[in-house]
Amino acid sequence: MDLLSFARGPALKVAMGVFFVGVVWRVLALVLLRIRREHSRPRSSLLRYVSVGLFVTASRSWPHPQFVKRTGAGEALSYSYHMGLFAVVLLFGPHIAFLAGLLGIGAWPGLPSSVITAIAVVTATLFTGVLYRRVTTPVIRMISNFDDYFTWCITMLVMLTGLMTSARWGARYETLLAIHILSVDGLLVWFPFGKLMHAFYIMPSRAINGAILARKGAST
Amino acid sequence: MSETSIDAETRNSRVAGAMKGFSQEIGALSAFRLESCIHCGMCADACHYYIATEDPQYTPIWKVEPFKQAYKREASAFAPLFRWFGFKRAVTADQLAHWQHLLFDSCNLCGRCSLICPMGIDVASLIEQARHAMFDAGLAPEELHAKAEHQQRTGQPEASLEPYRDQLLAIGEKYAVSLPLDATDVEVMLCVPRTDIEHYPAAVAALGRVMQHLGVSHTFRSDALVAENYGYYSGGQDWQRSISLRLIEQAIACRAKVLLVPECGHAYTALRWEAADLYGKALPFKVMAVTEYLALALHGGSLKLGKAAIGSVSFQDPCQLDRKGGVSAAPRALMQAMGVQLHEMENNRSFSFCCGGGGGVVDIERAAPLRYRTMEVKMREIDATESDSFLTGCSDCRHTFDDARRHFGWNKTPQSLLELVAQSLEPTSVPP
Repeated sequence: MDLLSFARGPALKVAMGVFFVGVVWRVLALVLLRIRREHSRPRSSLLRYVSVGLFVTASRSWPHPQFVKRTGAGEALSYSYHMGLFAVVLLFGPHIAFLAGLLGIGAWPGLPSSVITAIAVVTATLFTGVLYRRVTTPVIRMISNFDDYFTWCITMLVMLTGLMTSARWGARYETLLAIHILSVDGLLVWFPFGKLMHAFYIMPSRAINGAILARKGAST
Repeated sequence: MSETSIDAETRNSRVAGAMKGFSQEIGALSAFRLESCIHCGMCADACHYYIATEDPQYTPIWKVEPFKQAYKREASAFAPLFRWFGFKRAVTADQLAHWQHLLFDSCNLCGRCSLICPMGIDVASLIEQARHAMFDAGLAPEELHAKAEHQQRTGQPEASLEPYRDQLLAIGEKYAVSLPLDATDVEVMLCVPRTDIEHYPAAVAALGRVMQHLGVSHTFRSDALVAENYGYYSGGQDWQRSISLRLIEQAIACRAKVLLVPECGHAYTALRWEAADLYGKALPFKVMAVTEYLALALHGGSLKLGKAAIGSVSFQDPCQLDRKGGVSAAPRALMQAMGVQLHEMENNRSFSFCCGGGGGVVDIERAAPLRYRTMEVKMREIDATESDSFLTGCSDCRHTFDDARRHFGWNKTPQSLLELVAQSLEPTSVPP
């Protein structure tokens, strides 16, 4: 078995298994903890605070005007590279073919390779900016831990190996592709253990906290 | 074994127990909040302690770092991995001792950080839960611990020359207002901030005067006069429960339909949102803030207000009432009815900065220098409104600002919204 077959064969299967079991266990471990019942009288109806919770999933995507001056640039940077990542993962032809095959659905239209390459370069640059910000901003540096840096490294590795594969730079295409897929395997294995889980947490977190605050009539 | 090493051992074992207790009691919601943090640091930009000092240790989510460490080590999905491989070390007594400053001296539980988190995390509620563990570890600040202990035992946070009951009656006599005590079968049970009894007796009289104006049957209860809950401040949940129960039992005993929380933000949180949970079931009466009760009466026509004899004012929104409790429109409705010319601060309503004294901070002596520093943020905003005076709906805010006035030689005097309402009652409506 050559490296490419290994990367997209058994290695990918194991990585997806760890990803799936890990994510399910991490969520299950939370749900199995005690859920406290609220006995205070709600200020608003169930319908109202559930609706507010759902609204918060969108509204918390951008800071309140009172905070924009202090946090707007940081949020814009974060959203930009996230959008870049989504574009590269979901709109690049080979990725579409891989994901469509995996999900057993038809392929969807993508963007030309040259555009994706440009987006990937911009995204990698923004992502470097994110790391720079993390190590140079005293607050963020203080609260950062191994998870933050390792997650950054493995995500960057996936991006760089992807770019190298696309440019056929530094080795045979098959070797580059194998390394790229292995980096994705690594990311999948790491996913349930670190902060990448925020991909699953972000919407429920906004909705649940928003609904709980709205139950009191508190600000969201 | 030396005495010192025995003490250290006891201390460490108490901390270990508290951390284990925290992890076991954390509950799904708080665990979810801890797990959701992406370490973006934005919560710092909402916190007046960070804004005033730019010291990263005041980042709100950092204030729960040892608790996140304990949770990951003891109760998270991969806790065994964190323990076996030493990824998360056990929280030590020394580490936690430093966090006393972060959890008590430099957090007002104001909840402004909860409005900025892109993950929507209610950071303030995590800090409140962390305070419970600090209390269990024997690390609640001495002042708060002593007051909580005294209050759960006697009903008063501190001994006074005359019991509060007698002081209340004296206030009634001095201000010639009826302050009914220990009546039963009433519509409303009242309580008072101890800050008002000790510093602002006119506010106590104002409460009596306004209730008299409304013509609603009401009473104070000798056994449950104090609104504040030092159990809440100190993190001592059992004491918070027994202090809340004192009020709940008295409200039930006098068959009140409403327990009216006076101008005290944290008392509102403790009674309106937390008391029922500590009681274990829904309360058989409503808990209302005095401003929202009065705004309802205004709307219903039983509260009749004339024009207030006051120039332009700014209004300090108490965090627990507005941002965390949803009482935002009520004070403004009352001010509007009195024809008050309101000059809003740059950050108002839900985005208002805390006065700096909330969460028991005003009672912690060593916290004063930092508190004064953070208060400057607020004072600048108040000054910028160029209003003649400023009002608040919380006696702790008022007390904190009064203290700042003395400390800084500031020319602004905080006034009580309730007192202004009492002064603006239509004279014809007041029963003889």
